[in-house]
Amino acid sequence: VKRIALAGLVLAIAVTPIVLMVMAPDPASGAGVETVDLSVHYSHFDRSEIHVKAGTTVRFVVHNDDPILHELIVGPPDVQQRHEDGTEPRHLPRPGEITIDPLTTNETTYVFTTPGSIEFACHLPGHHAYGMSSQVIVDP
Amino acid sequence: MHKRTRLLAPIAITIVAIAATASPAGACGGLIGENGSIQLERTTTLAAWHDGVEHYITSFSFSGTGESVGSIIPLPAVPTKVEAAGQWTLQRLQREIAPPIEFAAGDARAASQAGAAEVILTAQVDALDITVLKGGGDEVGKWALDNGFFLTPDAPEVLDFYAARSPIFLAAKFDAARAAAQGLNGGDGTPIDITIPIDKPWVPLRILSLGLPGDTAVNADVFLLTDDKPDLIGGPGLRLDRSEAASSSLMTDLRSDRNTDWMPAHMWLSHLALDDAAQNVRYDLSVGTDRSGPTYVAAGRATNDLFGGAIVSVVHTELDERVTMVVGLLGALLLGTLIIGLSRRRHRNAA
Repeated sequence: VKRIALAGLVLAIAVTPIVLMVMAPDPASGAGVETVDLSVHYSHFDRSEIHVKAGTTVRFVVHNDDPILHELIVGPPDVQQRHEDGTEPRHLPRPGEITIDPLTTNETTYVFTTPGSIEFACHLPGHHAYGMSSQVIVDP
Repeated sequence: MHKRTRLLAPIAITIVAIAATASPAGACGGLIGENGSIQLERTTTLAAWHDGVEHYITSFSFSGTGESVGSIIPLPAVPTKVEAAGQWTLQRLQREIAPPIEFAAGDARAASQAGAAEVILTAQVDALDITVLKGGGDEVGKWALDNGFFLTPDAPEVLDFYAARSPIFLAAKFDAARAAAQGLNGGDGTPIDITIPIDKPWVPLRILSLGLPGDTAVNADVFLLTDDKPDLIGGPGLRLDRSEAASSSLMTDLRSDRNTDWMPAHMWLSHLALDDAAQNVRYDLSVGTDRSGPTYVAAGRATNDLFGGAIVSVVHTELDERVTMVVGLLGALLLGTLIIGLSRRRHRNAA
């Protein structure tokens, strides 16, 4: 009985990672959730381009390493323009739109459905012009 | 579009007078009130060095009707005193380089619109609330936000640039309500005198580009008054226009202003002109005294003192650039020689 129990335990330990891998969403398949860690330092994103498959839900975890307020706005040109023209100092937590307080971390999710290029940016006064703009490339 | 920034500065008496074009994000001193209804029109600074003590005099002018506005100045060391300065020192030094020109009201010169930090000194001068802070860029930036200032996107990098050499900053906030109660009008200036014991003074220049688009011109006149002819290290775009013993009439006028008991009768006058795009003004002015030579570290151009405090005999920027180039070439030559030597040795050992 002890041998059977031991063999079962060994089998469970060996199989568990495989089961977890099978159950985990595959970012490349476009069917799951992918976490993207972003840092903001000296008012610039640390990544200029991110590639995902169409259909992927991206969980953006944004670390603000600056002592000033930043935001992350993900979306097509009309969304970007609305925020560039807007005066909203802070954003309610909407998918793809967050405010990140100084020296803190915040997160949001966004579903990339259509192949193409989607901008993520900060539209606080002067920040976009200063270079706070990057792209998510959505591959078919 | 070219916005203009103007700076006047003398050292050991160093005067930095600035006038930048109106721009909500373009503050000479550094910070602007969040509501933007009051904007700094001009920040004028005088840093004076004599016998181991620097007197740093800055004048703030304001316009608008909002509640408050402020500015920040990086300091080379902890000040011992902040008080009201004389009313005409800055203007008199400006006149010294352009005596015949009278500027009419409404002159077209550009106006300057365009852990926790430790509070180590506070003072009130007229409608200005002065706070001297000690802390890194993050701490000072956070303090500024917590106290109602708006920071431009380049502020984190600029604050770190200064904090790496001296974690001391002076924040000045205009209280418009108090200004009104004291009868101050828009355009009135409030000069302050900051007393800083220091052997190796420097004048902040990069702070002039804070919040400005990269192609915006920064034009500045930097005046220095020192005990002796100073050695200086600046950067590209800064040139020495005048270097001579200050005239007795100038010294008499300056010494007759308020709180100038410390000023000797004879000083050396230097005038440096800064004229470059904001994106190129990434340095400060290091000033040599009889106690210490200027350094590239103090000028914000090196993170370690490669030049070991060696005195550069002339401050001339072009010479400065040539020195940098020669040192770079010598370094490359030395490195190449080492590599070739090691390579030959390895071949010899292999044989």
